[in-house]
Amino acid sequence: MSPTGTIVVAALLIAVSPARTAEIPQAERRSGYSFMAPDTQAIQDDDTTNPGMLWVLDGEKLWNNKAGAAGKACADCHHEARASIKGVAARYPAFDKALGRPVNLEQRINLCRTGQQQAAPLPYESRDLLALTAFVAQQSRGLPIDAATDPQLEPFVAKGRELFMQRQGQLNLGCANCHDDNWDKRLAGSAMTRRAANGSPASAA
Amino acid sequence: MQDDSTRRQFLGLAGSAAVLGAVPIVTLRPAEATPAMLASAIRNVVGEAVVRTGRVKLEVPPLVENGNTVPMTVSVQNPMTTEDHVKSIHVFNEKNPQPNIGNFYLSPQAGRAQISTRIRLADSQKIVAIARLSDGSFWSATVDVVVTLAACTDEVI
Amino acid sequence: MASALINVPKKAKRGETIEIKTLMSHIMETGYRHTAEGEVVPRDIITTFSCRYNGAEIFRAELFPAISANPFITFFTVANESGKFEFEWTGDRGFAATASASITVE
Repeated sequence: MSPTGTIVVAALLIAVSPARTAEIPQAERRSGYSFMAPDTQAIQDDDTTNPGMLWVLDGEKLWNNKAGAAGKACADCHHEARASIKGVAARYPAFDKALGRPVNLEQRINLCRTGQQQAAPLPYESRDLLALTAFVAQQSRGLPIDAATDPQLEPFVAKGRELFMQRQGQLNLGCANCHDDNWDKRLAGSAMTRRAANGSPASAA
Repeated sequence: MQDDSTRRQFLGLAGSAAVLGAVPIVTLRPAEATPAMLASAIRNVVGEAVVRTGRVKLEVPPLVENGNTVPMTVSVQNPMTTEDHVKSIHVFNEKNPQPNIGNFYLSPQAGRAQISTRIRLADSQKIVAIARLSDGSFWSATVDVVVTLAACTDEVI
Repeated sequence: MASALINVPKKAKRGETIEIKTLMSHIMETGYRHTAEGEVVPRDIITTFSCRYNGAEIFRAELFPAISANPFITFFTVANESGKFEFEWTGDRGFAATASASITVE
């Protein structure tokens, strides 16, 4: 492209596209894994050294435990997880018709607990819910994330985008101020990811 | 400063002499300014013996992102035979709330004198690994680690 | 029973040095954390880990609060006969867990 042509196109791009609120092109999206230090990646690479796998093992046990007034285990309806649940985690958060809004994986598990198993919902961040979520997510390992492409989710994605940009709190920062404007730099020694939404649930230590 | 370290040396020696009832030759290289707790924890293991530097390789990442899970490997150059083997490896730290990290006991049939684990570090500090050999000698390695997110002391739950 | 992940090669040649990796699920509460009200959360850690190879102890470790949660410990041994590795963890508040793994040595 001629120099003049390039300048004109560049000017148009600056004027027209609010680069920040745009979606990151598919090819440029980076997994949270790519920001980890090599030592941390090594811990995750080997299933026998990755502490997160302990929760997956626990989740597998829970999958087969009968629970609630209905005395049902996840396995009773879903049978063998590897086949039936493959790909599920990759398309969450998903729209729930009955509720008229999206639910994430943890909420879906609790909806099954209360609805199908007639058991009490598991508290957020509890060991059991983390274990079940990790086990379910594990069945989608390696699959591309396919969430939020459902047109019914559009208004919720738009709201999420708005919250991502919004400045708030005592430091008057929005998510975007670090994760869009300063990704791949470091904050107090920790790597700054670029809007990574994969690898959940993740081990904090 | 010279007075300080001489006095500390003397107190250290006097202290251990009182405990062991004998005047030790030397417990640590006096040039290193190790906090008292670390020194006494090491003394508990080695007693009055000389600890020499060398033969031990202590691998810890020099810059640690998260002090709660720091991969650490200690290996000792040694043939690991019945006549000549590493009996145990002891790891200490300088600035955690307490000086011991772990003690690892090997058998002559270990094949390789090497252990790995993950540790917590509360601050940028020195880690010391000491190996006890079957001939009664002690060898050590020391590493300086920079920790950006401390373990142990930050947490309120 | 708490979950454990053990990595022992299924097969080895006689005399070969093998690496054994173990990972045990445990919070390893240091005893230095505080609640928001200022109370100390009491220590709750695994204090010893041992491994027996066909009944003979080949490795032992004493752990302190400085060992990370979900203790990960690896060590080596010479594979000299087929049989079983038995792992045992004990700790505060009567914690006790075991695991085992088999090996075929040819």
